[in-house]
Amino acid sequence: MTPVPSPFVRAALDAAATVPSSGIAWLDAARRENLASLAEAGLPESRNESWKYTPLRALSQRAFSLADAGVANGIAVDSAAYALPGVDGARAVFVDGAFRADLSSLDAGTGVSLAPLGVALATQPEPVRFALANRYRRGAADAFAHMNAALALDGLVLRIADDTVVAKPVHLVHVSSGAQADTAWHVRVLIDVGQGARVEVVEHFVSLGEATQLGTVVSDVVVREGATLGLAVLQDASAGTTLVRRGHVRVEAKGTATVHALELGGTLVRHELTGELVGDGARFDSRGVFALGARQHVDTQLEVRHNARDTTSDALWRGIADGRSRGVFRGAIVVAQGADGSDAALSNKNLLLSAQAEIDTKPELEIYADEVKAAHGATIGQLDERSLFYLRSRGIPLAQARSLLTLAFCRAALESLPNEALREHLGELLVAHLPSGPSAP
Amino acid sequence: MHMLTIDNLHARVEGKEILKGLSLTVKPGEVHAIMGPNGAGKSTLANVLSGRDGYEVTEGSVHFDGRDLLTLEPEERAAVGMFLAFQYPVEIPGVNNTYFLRAALNAQRKYRGEEELDSMRFLKLVREKLKVMQISDDLLHRAVNEGFSGGEKKRNEIFQMAVLEPKLAILDETDSGLDIDALKQVAEGVNALRSPQRSFLIVTHYQRLLDYIEPDFVHVLAGGRIVESGDKSLALKLEEQGYAWLADTHPELRKADLAGAPA
Repeated sequence: MTPVPSPFVRAALDAAATVPSSGIAWLDAARRENLASLAEAGLPESRNESWKYTPLRALSQRAFSLADAGVANGIAVDSAAYALPGVDGARAVFVDGAFRADLSSLDAGTGVSLAPLGVALATQPEPVRFALANRYRRGAADAFAHMNAALALDGLVLRIADDTVVAKPVHLVHVSSGAQADTAWHVRVLIDVGQGARVEVVEHFVSLGEATQLGTVVSDVVVREGATLGLAVLQDASAGTTLVRRGHVRVEAKGTATVHALELGGTLVRHELTGELVGDGARFDSRGVFALGARQHVDTQLEVRHNARDTTSDALWRGIADGRSRGVFRGAIVVAQGADGSDAALSNKNLLLSAQAEIDTKPELEIYADEVKAAHGATIGQLDERSLFYLRSRGIPLAQARSLLTLAFCRAALESLPNEALREHLGELLVAHLPSGPSAP
Repeated sequence: MHMLTIDNLHARVEGKEILKGLSLTVKPGEVHAIMGPNGAGKSTLANVLSGRDGYEVTEGSVHFDGRDLLTLEPEERAAVGMFLAFQYPVEIPGVNNTYFLRAALNAQRKYRGEEELDSMRFLKLVREKLKVMQISDDLLHRAVNEGFSGGEKKRNEIFQMAVLEPKLAILDETDSGLDIDALKQVAEGVNALRSPQRSFLIVTHYQRLLDYIEPDFVHVLAGGRIVESGDKSLALKLEEQGYAWLADTHPELRKADLAGAPA
């Protein structure tokens, strides 16, 4: 029985009614099916273990209409809003979920195909079809995934041919314009890194004004045999933005995927990242930092699945919460039966900078294989008084000492980013974001 | 003019009175050693002077270079020329040693209204000091004290002192945990920094550091006060006879105040 929909779900259903046919029968059918699943599932409730620390009661009472692509196409965007040092390759820009050809440059050289979803559907529909039509079957996903599948009218498909080395990082930008209050936008991303290929992708979330929008991004990434993917995520959205991102990274034999994430903005942010190691010798490393203040709520759900032999994963995440913010981290490592020789490590350390801030962290380990190395740990603490005094005794003022120690705390998570210019920039953004003085009482 | 004047200082830690009317004056260029049995209040004195939290001054005053020291924050005390070489230097992973030292020096210079040093001039200064301290520059590229041996940590303290050029350096049990070679190196570093303008307060449990850093004055701290002062021969007497004899001249001291004779 389908429950009475919340205003949130009601608005999504209404929005879907305004969406014209794609002209592709299977796509329309998949959207309809996901819409039905959304109505059936409703937003996850707190008794759902995965959403225990991220209550959605307030969100369920909000109604987001669908951001208008026509309006989005007319919004003036200064490229300075998303320019990043060390990121000067091909670029795909989405404004309120709509692909903006005028702001994008899709030529990334030989062997790289970078196209908006519409173009990919017209030229190479079959691989896209699988992802769009079969990925989120009824009951296999939650409301946000269904919502994205039903309402993502645009997206990006990035394909790297076998043995292609992409020289410059590919920049994927999601802009919340702020011009369309209380609207939702949805983007679907598909990335396929061919055998032996190498690419660096930078996914970037920015806002222009005080956006009160909801954005969802669902990404499916495949790293094929012997390929290497570096994915850096910078989330610097405005204080009113709600973001739900779900990334699934599948790594085949001897492939390597490395994710670096820096979460700074947003009011309510949910980031689900799954690394699935499906081929022998595959590797998935993830590093992330969230730095929260005010009333921000950021929830990171990391899951690493070792499904093949001699696979390796290393996760290193740091969280800082100030003001009345709340950080949530769940890090799960699952080593499947037969995935012998797997080596998994997970570390999550957190700093509370104010008495009103809260961090909930939960490392999980499920091991069904025999010969496995696994280590995990999570801590929540405060700045070390002895270290603070040591710095002050050398003349460094209290505020600077706090900021220095906080940055040092995060550094381990960012220092392995190979793009030096980007790494330094992220460090500077983090410093600018850290509370410079003693936290407010 | 006195550089440091401590007058009738009383201080409590966790509600317990540790310093009970300590008085001491130090002039520019002088080296004072403060010795005493365990629990006499030696480290409390060093911590009160440097402004560490948790030490409550209930009576008395401390003047440093004409200022009321006790009203200053720890970083201000550093900026006006006070330096504490820690008994247990803190490891700070993620903070590069060079970055830390430059931030410290420039914060002090800024406080004093002096021009901050750019990285070129700072590195030049550091290279000069490294040579004097006989420290390899590998130490500069590491995180502050992280993974340093006991000797390296103490040498790093003295190196920081060399770069920051304080007016008064307080060495809190700097000799503890050092073998004789490390002790000599630290002492050589300190001796290289002695000057007519710079004073030292050397807090130590043992006499052996004073074999290498010759003090102008030796004081005995017991029961929270300076109970005996003299020249370096006092240190030798303590080494030979321990502290128990002080009870003869200071009947107010309890046995417990004089326990923990030097080894």
